[in-house]
Amino acid sequence: MDYEKYLSPVANGLKPSGIRRFFDIAAEMDHVISLGVGEPDFKTPWAIRQEAVRTLEKGQTWYTANAGLLPLRQEIARYLKNAVGVEYHPKDEILVSVGGSEAIDLCVRALVQPGDEVLIPQPSFVCYDPIVQLAGGTPVIIQTKAENQFRLTPQELEEKITPSTKLLVLPYPNNPTGGVMKKEDLEAIAPVIEKHDLLVLSDEIYSELTYSGKHVSIASLPGMAQRTVVINGFSKSFAMTGWRLGYAAGPAPIIGLMVKIHQYAIMSAPTMSQYAAVEALKSCMSSVEEMRQEYNLRRRYLVDALNKMGLSCFEPEGAFYVFPSIQSTGLTSEEFCEKLLQKERVAVVPGNAFGECGEGHVRISYSYSINHLKEALKRIQRFVRQCQEETL
Amino acid sequence: MKDKLLSLLQQNARLTEEELAAMLNTTPEAVAKQMEEYEQSGIIRGYQAIIDEEKADQDLVTAIIELRVTPKKDMGFDAIAQIVANFDEVDSVYLMSGGYDLAVVVKGKGFKDIAMFVATRLSTLDSVLSTKTHFLLSRYKERGLFMNREEPDQRSEGF
Ligand SMILES: Cc1ncc(COP(=O)(O)O)c(C=O)c1O
Repeated sequence: MDYEKYLSPVANGLKPSGIRRFFDIAAEMDHVISLGVGEPDFKTPWAIRQEAVRTLEKGQTWYTANAGLLPLRQEIARYLKNAVGVEYHPKDEILVSVGGSEAIDLCVRALVQPGDEVLIPQPSFVCYDPIVQLAGGTPVIIQTKAENQFRLTPQELEEKITPSTKLLVLPYPNNPTGGVMKKEDLEAIAPVIEKHDLLVLSDEIYSELTYSGKHVSIASLPGMAQRTVVINGFSKSFAMTGWRLGYAAGPAPIIGLMVKIHQYAIMSAPTMSQYAAVEALKSCMSSVEEMRQEYNLRRRYLVDALNKMGLSCFEPEGAFYVFPSIQSTGLTSEEFCEKLLQKERVAVVPGNAFGECGEGHVRISYSYSINHLKEALKRIQRFVRQCQEETL
Repeated sequence: MKDKLLSLLQQNARLTEEELAAMLNTTPEAVAKQMEEYEQSGIIRGYQAIIDEEKADQDLVTAIIELRVTPKKDMGFDAIAQIVANFDEVDSVYLMSGGYDLAVVVKGKGFKDIAMFVATRLSTLDSVLSTKTHFLLSRYKERGLFMNREEPDQRSEGF
C-alpha cells in the first residue's frame, strides 16, 4: 500500500531529530561511553518512590481531576509563590500535565492558529519547532550568539517581530547551552514584549539547576505574569523523568483552554506520579539541593578540563550541559562527533542538532558520575590533541 | 571544601589535585595542603586500589573469624587486638559489640591454610576463649562498589 498519500504532510514533513540520528549510529557500536543523555543520573529520591508505592498499596488507581489533583496544584502554587514570586490560583491558574513536554504542546495549541508566528531562540530544546508546526503556526528562529552566552538580547528579539508574531518561547535555563537569563537580561527584553503585545511561553524546567544565583522567572517582572505561561515539571529538579509529570501556570483563560485540550487528549496525568509529586514538593527540596551541588561540582570539573584542552567554553550557569566550541579542532560539529565516536567511542551531541547557530559547538551532558566523566575526558583529550596536531 | 574533598577521594583517589581544585572551586595548592593535613592528622590513612581479589588470585580465600576473648588486668581488649593485628595473615581487626569480641578478617591460600592459622596461632593465644571461622563465599559490594555486577545505564538518549 502507498501510505505516503495517507500521512499528514505536516507531520511527515517534520525534520527527524539530529540527536536521534546520531545516537542510532552510536547504538550500533560496542563500548561507547556516552555523554549524551538529557536526564538526571540520580534515582528519584526514596521518599517520593515510597509515596508512589503507598498509593498503589492503597489502590488509588483512578483518574484524577483533569487539571490534576487539587492538593498537588496547591503544593505547586505554594512552590511557585516561593520560587517564582507569583501567586497562582490552584483552581484555575495551574494545570498538571504529562511532563513539561505536554504543557508546552498544550500552550502552543491553545494559542497558535495558522498564520501566527512563534519566536524560538536557538540553540534550544528540539521540540518547540515541530510543536508549533503541528499547530499550524510558523516557527521563527532567533539565532542567539556564543559571545552573548546565548542569551536573548532585545535587539535580536525586536528584529524578528512582525505583525503576525504572537508568542515568544523563552527557553532558559537553556538546554543545550547551559545559558541563563539573569534578571537584568529579562528586564531588557520585557519592554519589547510589552510594546508588541506578545505572550511568553517560559520553559523553566531547569529552574532548580542554576549555579550562580537563583533562577529568575520572567513572570516575576512587573506586568509580565499576565502575559506569561510558566512551564515547569518534576523531571529534572527531582530526577523524575520517567514519571511523566509537569505543569503549567498562567492566566486563567489560557490555562482553562489548555485544560480543555488536555481533557480531550489525555484526561489526566498519571495518578501515582501526582501523589508522589505532592510528597516531592512537601519534603524533598533538600534532595534537590544535594543533587544541584553534585551537578555543580561536575560542571566546574568539565568546564575546567575542556578549557584546558582547548575546547573553550563559557561558564554555563544552568541545567546540566556544557556547550564548548570545537572550532580549534578545525572540524564541523557533526564531523567532530562522528570522529570522536569512531576513534574514541565517546558520544556527544552536535550543537547544530539544536539549531543552525549551534554549529561549531557540541553538547556535553554532565549527568554522569565523576568517574565516568574522568574516563570520557581522557578520551576526548586524546582525540582533541590528535586533531590539533593534524591541523598544524 | 573539607568533607567534600574526603568524599571525592573516597570515590576516586586518583583524581588529580587540579581536578579536585576545579570541582571544589579552589586552587591545586589548597587541595594539596588540605590533603597533607589529613595525612598528617591521620584522617587519610592511605590510598589503595579496590581489587577483586578472588579474580586476581584464584587460590585466595578470605575468612571472617569471630573471637571471644577474656580481658585481664594487664591485658585489655586493645592489647589483645594489637597482638592479633600483628599477624601478617590478618587483614583487619575490629572490636565488636554483641555476641563476640573481635572480628578478624584473615586471608590465605586455601581453606586449610586459614584453618591451620586459626588453630595454631589464634586459638592458642592465652586470652582467646573461642573462635568461629566463617569463610567468605562471594563478594557483592566492597567499599561502596558493586562487585561482579554491571549497572548498565538504562537511560535512552533523549533530547
Ligand atoms: C528545555 C526542556 N524543556 C522541556 C523538557 C521536557 O521535559 P519533561 O517532559 O520530562 O518534563 C526537556 C527535556 O529534556 C527540556 O530539556
